[in-house]
Amino acid sequence: MTALTPERRRRIIIDAIGIGAATGAYAISFGAISVAAGLSVLQTQALSSLMFTGASQFAMVGVLGAGGGAVTAIAIATLLGSRNALYALHMSTVLRPRGWRRLAAAQLTIDESTGMAIGHQDDPPSSRLAFWSTGVAVFVLWNLGTLVGALGADVLGNPARFGLDAAIPAAFLALLWPRLVSRLTRTVAVLSAAVALILTPLLPSGTPVLVAGAIAVTIGVLLSRGAQETEEFGQKAVGS
Amino acid sequence: MIWATVLIGSISAFALKFAGFVIPERFLTTTTMRRVTLLIPVSLLAGLLVVQTFSSGSTLVIDARVVGLGAATVSLALRAPLLVAVLSAAASAALVRYLGWLP
Repeated sequence: MTALTPERRRRIIIDAIGIGAATGAYAISFGAISVAAGLSVLQTQALSSLMFTGASQFAMVGVLGAGGGAVTAIAIATLLGSRNALYALHMSTVLRPRGWRRLAAAQLTIDESTGMAIGHQDDPPSSRLAFWSTGVAVFVLWNLGTLVGALGADVLGNPARFGLDAAIPAAFLALLWPRLVSRLTRTVAVLSAAVALILTPLLPSGTPVLVAGAIAVTIGVLLSRGAQETEEFGQKAVGS
Repeated sequence: MIWATVLIGSISAFALKFAGFVIPERFLTTTTMRRVTLLIPVSLLAGLLVVQTFSSGSTLVIDARVVGLGAATVSLALRAPLLVAVLSAAASAALVRYLGWLP
């Protein structure tokens, strides 16, 4: 691929809108799940515009809905968002933003925008356009989708009747799926699932996931020591 | 209480994103640090997924959510988009409940 020709510019923007539309549709389920978990429409909307990182948002409403404590919910959401720091580190070298742009770039640093920017890293101007256009498209449509879902669930009532409680684990599975690309990630996933289940009857709601995470990630790092680094940003841009 | 949780969680999420733009690169780029950061989502999502399928409070249960998770697995294996996976889970769980097969 070559520099930022008008044709490439158009293609990047069309792709960005496509990704935005897909995540926006997904946001409808987030909005509905969040209201079903007991958050108000406004609180749900605050998560989508302020937190703006899908996996953390799903985790927070999932833990709160299951009766977990505030500290556990914040801890899980924050840990899930830690990968964004790594994305931001990469994006800071591509964007080199100053002033308010730095704040905006930080808020828009998610799986999709970083993934698109990396997809166009052969040409820095294209990469920057890919980041900003995808970030803005996802932000706008993610928030719009959230509002539709939240208002919809508010009208429907009784979440279990519509299987919304089953939608939460499905959302986690969908976010996990593209990450199960290597034996290491699959091992860590199975280990975490097993430990979390075993600890569920023993510890307060939400904490089994954290303890399982600490154990599984430690073992995963020990297992991978000395191995080639294969995964970098290998995950496909799915879920924010 | 929910508001405080939402706002503190949001501030933490932003702080992590912003940190990547302001702190020197060497703090985050050790191989171990990278692996930890990439494995954390895998681990937490897997844990959340099973706990939110098989638990009610601190009791392990089997109910309609299992069917929902099965439907989502099939959808994803067939390369369906995220929304389809989530909708198929909700619809199948609602159906087995309506039919009275599982609580």
